[in-house]
Amino acid sequence: MGKQAVITVRQLVKKFGAFTANDHLSFDVYEGEIFGFLGANGAGKTTAIRILSGLSQPTSGSVRVAGFDAAREPEKIKKNIGYMCQKFSLYEDLTVRENIMLYGGIYGMPKKVIRERCGELLDRLQFSAYGDRLIAGLPLGFRQKLAFSVAVLHQPRIVFLDEPTGGVDPVARRQFWELIYETAAAGITVFVTTHYMDEAEYCDRISIMSEGKIVAIGTPEELKSTWQAASVEEVFVKIARPQHVTI
Amino acid sequence: MRTIFYLIRKEFLQIFRDKFIGKAIFAIPIVQMLILVPAVTFEIRNVKMCVIDRDRSVESRALISQLEGSSFFRVTHTTLSGKEAFDLMHRDQCDLLLEIPAGFGKNMGNGVPSRLMVPVNAINATHAQLTWGYVSGVIRDYNLNLAASKTGDIGLSAVPKMDITHRYWYNEMLNYKYYMLPGVLGILVLAIAFVLAGLNLVKEKESGTIEQINVTPVRKYQFIAAKMVPFLVIGLIDLALGIAVGMAVFQMPFEGHALLLFLSSFIFMIAALGVALFVSTFTHTQQQFMFAGFFFMIIFMLMSGIFTPLESMPEWARTINLFNPVAYIMRINRMVMLKGSVFGDIKGDICALTAIALVSTLFAIWKYRKSA
Repeated sequence: MGKQAVITVRQLVKKFGAFTANDHLSFDVYEGEIFGFLGANGAGKTTAIRILSGLSQPTSGSVRVAGFDAAREPEKIKKNIGYMCQKFSLYEDLTVRENIMLYGGIYGMPKKVIRERCGELLDRLQFSAYGDRLIAGLPLGFRQKLAFSVAVLHQPRIVFLDEPTGGVDPVARRQFWELIYETAAAGITVFVTTHYMDEAEYCDRISIMSEGKIVAIGTPEELKSTWQAASVEEVFVKIARPQHVTI
Repeated sequence: MRTIFYLIRKEFLQIFRDKFIGKAIFAIPIVQMLILVPAVTFEIRNVKMCVIDRDRSVESRALISQLEGSSFFRVTHTTLSGKEAFDLMHRDQCDLLLEIPAGFGKNMGNGVPSRLMVPVNAINATHAQLTWGYVSGVIRDYNLNLAASKTGDIGLSAVPKMDITHRYWYNEMLNYKYYMLPGVLGILVLAIAFVLAGLNLVKEKESGTIEQINVTPVRKYQFIAAKMVPFLVIGLIDLALGIAVGMAVFQMPFEGHALLLFLSSFIFMIAALGVALFVSTFTHTQQQFMFAGFFFMIIFMLMSGIFTPLESMPEWARTINLFNPVAYIMRINRMVMLKGSVFGDIKGDICALTAIALVSTLFAIWKYRKSA
């Protein structure tokens, strides 16, 4: 790609007691790309994404995100990123618009700008009729698109998505990925974890984690040719299964 | 700074969007005042008395009617059998026995000292002591009257005696409502801080919404401040409501300055909110918070001196009370409302409260982690 790295991870280790969740991870993510972070459940994806977004401290290693050190300057990282948790976490007892105003305000956006973007966002999602509805009454697909839009409201340099499409139907997933493409096209780097392998095919580059280690990294094509597989799913099945587990 | 306003707005929206809490927040203090103030009283009225009058003389009847006339006592039983009387006491039919021995009137007439027997039910020690206090007061009066009339009979000039005039300052009628009310006001404000604010933060942990906040550049002090301000406002409004109810319904006197009372309560609330939020930073579920929070609340409340005078607590308890914000507000409320104390009189208490408020708030901010 030849682009500039916005995330640089070197020898990242995260331990919880005796358990090593992230075992010497090293990778780069380049500006404007969609980076897929794959791995089986419990492979250590969420742990890594939490460190990258300043929610958790690395045990050792160097992590730089948007030019800041994750161990020493997590709050500066937070200014430059957007984040969408695995669990839906907008306020259900607030309306769509109130949630947008709140997060716009927290990121220090001027009121006028928040209003404008709120209008744009609702139009783009064809949500205008729901602006004053409480989140609690909205279907999951809507909520997730909204959560994503709120995560990029302040136009961060990078947005982290932790299994953003868990539990939604194929149509809503498709629409969600269209949003991701639009966002990446606008220059925001997208860092997404998933275990839907069809989604992995949409990424510019992917990494596959297994038992806390990155076992493969590259474009979907590179991985498929290296592992002589027809799809990313096949690659994943070949390498991501823990060796000692026999089913 | 602007960030705080957005966060505070969000808290208010959430509080009033909750149909129950939005209303209860103003109804509960009123109901609390109406129920607690008149209910929690140490006043003794209508003590059930069983009289064993073995004398049936003019003198004995005079003594009984003097006791009855005081409104503290009500003769519910009369008997001549000591056994029956003790039985009544045992079955909780009466709380006080008055045994007047035969010959009481005659002895009185002859100037021979008489012995009265007055057993009191002391299951509730406080109650028993008060009852006994009232009984002995009435009997002393009876004695004095008797002495006065006797000296007249013998034609002596009045025996010189000390005449004690006592007055209950700041609460002349010893109205327990006046004593309880300022205390209940403190408890009211404490409950708002503890239950609402503390639970609010833990609820965000449980529902996961706090994670989305933690990943923003919001400052820790901003988040904690936004959790405090709405409850401070609500607490002070509730305090005003409580005082209004107290004055309208219980004719509560308010001798001091309202501003001083509100300033003190403002500081007290910050202290209580600080402790509550501190507790919520190390608990993860609402259940955990309630358990830990209840512990603090009960200790704060029962040790605060709302029921029992601080001065009669043991030394170690008084030491603990140095860190108990409720103990300070209890004293401040009573002094300002009943005595009309001014800032100079309570500045020590206000300073201590301020210190507790500062320390607990700083602890809450320090302990709040933007990583979990």
